[in-house]
Amino acid sequence: MTPSTLAAIPVKRHRPRLPLTVQLSLIWLATMVLCAIFVNQLRPYEITQMDLSTRLAPPGTPGHWLGTDELGRDVLSRLIQSIRASLVIAFGATILSAFFGTTLGFLAAKFRGAVEHVVVMLADFQAALPFLIMALAVLAFFGSSMLLLVCLMGFYGWERYARITRGLAISASAQGYAAAVVQLGAKPSRVYLRHILPNVASTLIVTLTFPEIILLESSLSFLGLGVQPPNSSLGNMVGFGREYLTTAPWVMLAPAVVIVLTTLAVSLAGDWLRDRLDPTL
Amino acid sequence: MIRFIASRLFRAGLTVIAVMTFAFVVLRLSGDPAQVLLGPDVPQSVIQAFRDRWGLDDPIWTQYLAYMKAMFQGDFGLSMRDRSPAIDLVLQRIPATLALTIPALILQLAFGIPAGIYAALKRGTLADRGVIVVAIIGFTVPSFVMGLLLVLLFAVTLGYLPSGGASTWQHAILPIVTMSIGGIGVLARFSRSAMIEVMGQPYIRTASAKGVKWRDVVRYHALPNAAVPIVTIVGFMVGSLIAGAIIVETIFSWPGMGRLLIVSVTNRDLAVVQCILLLVAAVMVVSNLIVDLLYGWLDPRLRNTAAAH
Repeated sequence: MTPSTLAAIPVKRHRPRLPLTVQLSLIWLATMVLCAIFVNQLRPYEITQMDLSTRLAPPGTPGHWLGTDELGRDVLSRLIQSIRASLVIAFGATILSAFFGTTLGFLAAKFRGAVEHVVVMLADFQAALPFLIMALAVLAFFGSSMLLLVCLMGFYGWERYARITRGLAISASAQGYAAAVVQLGAKPSRVYLRHILPNVASTLIVTLTFPEIILLESSLSFLGLGVQPPNSSLGNMVGFGREYLTTAPWVMLAPAVVIVLTTLAVSLAGDWLRDRLDPTL
Repeated sequence: MIRFIASRLFRAGLTVIAVMTFAFVVLRLSGDPAQVLLGPDVPQSVIQAFRDRWGLDDPIWTQYLAYMKAMFQGDFGLSMRDRSPAIDLVLQRIPATLALTIPALILQLAFGIPAGIYAALKRGTLADRGVIVVAIIGFTVPSFVMGLLLVLLFAVTLGYLPSGGASTWQHAILPIVTMSIGGIGVLARFSRSAMIEVMGQPYIRTASAKGVKWRDVVRYHALPNAAVPIVTIVGFMVGSLIAGAIIVETIFSWPGMGRLLIVSVTNRDLAVVQCILLLVAAVMVVSNLIVDLLYGWLDPRLRNTAAAH
C-alpha cells in the first residue's frame, strides 16, 4: 500500500512513482504483447498437435507445464496463440471505435442542428440493439472471419464515445476557456483538439472500451460464434474447457485467468492514467 | 419542454424504423426470404402463397412497405422448428427472462450506486479501496467465467445449489447472482468517478464555504449533478442485462429468450432471430427514451438543444 499512498500525495506529482499495482499491470500487459508478437518462438508445440496418449494431463506434467486438453493438445501453446488472436482483435477494434466515436461526438457538438440529429440517431440505433445480439445476427448470416470480427467489434462502443464527447464538449464550450480561445481567433479544430479534448480526455479514458471488447470477443467465442476452430481465442478455449469443468478444470481456468488478469491490468492502468491526466484531482 | 419531449419521441420512432430497415436489409442480403423464413422442406404451394402475400415478386420498395406493414401487425413469419408463429415462441420465453433480469437490475441499483457514492465521499480510506477492489473484480471477471466458477464452487464442490435448469426458485439464485455482479461493479466504479468529479467543482467549495451543512452539500449540490452521468450508464445497463441474459441462460440451461436466440442462430431459424431483434430494439428504445427524458428533467441546460449558438 505504501507506494500507492506516496503517489497520491499531490506534491509528488512532479515525478510520480508508479504504484505497485500499476507497475504489475504494465508488466503483465507488456508480457501479453510480447507473447502476441513472438508467438512462434514461444510456443512449445503446434496448437493442433495432438497426443492421444497424454490426454487431459494435469498442469506440471513434464513437457506440458499447463497440462493438456481432451485431445492431448498443449494448453500453454494454445494459450499463447489465443492471446495473440484476442489482443489483435481487441486492439484493432478499440482504435476504430474510439476514433469514430470521438470524431462524430465533436462534429455533433460543433455543428449542432442536422449533423447532431444524424449522429444522435445513429447512436440511438446502435444503443437500440445490445451489441451481442447484433453481432450474433451478423455472424450467423455471414460466417466468421478474423477481418469481419475486427470490423464488427470496431462498431462496439463508438456511440458511447460519441455521446459522452458530445455532452462534455457542449458543456465545455459553454465554459469560459473555450469562448476565450474562440475570441482569440482559434480555428474550430484547434479549439476542439487542443483545448476541449484534453479537458474531456479523462472521462473518455474511463470509457475505454478495450477490456470490454476483449470480454465481448471472448463471450462470442465462448458461445461458439466468434473465432472458429482450428484457430483459438481465449473465449473459445473457455467454451471448450467448460465440458471438462469437473474432471479437468485447468483447461478452462488457464484462459479464464488470462482474460481476467488482462482486463484487470488494463482497467488499473487506465484508472491511474485518468488520475494523472486530470489536474483537478 | 413539450418540444423536447416531442423531438425525443420522434427520434425513438425513427430508431425503431431504422432497426426494422436493418433487419429487412440483412434478410434480403441473406437470400430468398421465403426459403429462409419458411425453411427448406415446405411444399411449393406454401412458398408461392407466402411470396404472393409478401409480394416478393414486386419492386423492392413495395416489398419494403409490405414488410413494414407486416412488422407492425406482429407478423414475423413462422419458426422453422415447429411451424408456429415466431412471435408466440418468443413471447412464451419472456417471463423466464424477466424472472432473471428484473431481480438482477434491482440488485445492481441497490448495491452499485450507494457503494460508488460512499466510496467517493470516503475517498482514500480503507472502505474506498475495498469498494474499488470489489468493483474492479466484478467488472473484469466476465459473466461466463463468473458463472462457471460459481457452478464449480456452489454446485459441484459444495452441492448447495443446482447447476442448471429452472424447476425451483433455487435454480434462479446462481443465474441472478452471476448477472448482477458485473453490473454492480460497473455502476459502483462509474458512480464513484462521477461523484468525485462533482465534488471537485467550485460550487461544492462555495456551498461548503458559505456554511451549508456537509450532509446538505452532498444531498442538494453534489447528488443532483452526479445523477446525470449515472442515469446515462443505467440506461446502457438495460442493454448489457439483455446481453448478459444470453450468456447466463446458456450456462445455466435457463429456458428464456437468450437461450432461444442462441439455439435459433445456430439453427438459422431467422424468423425467430428477427423477432427477438425487433423486440429487444423496442425495449431498448423505450429505456433510452426514459433516460433522455430524465436528462431533460435533471439538467435544464440539455433541454434546449439550440442554446449554445
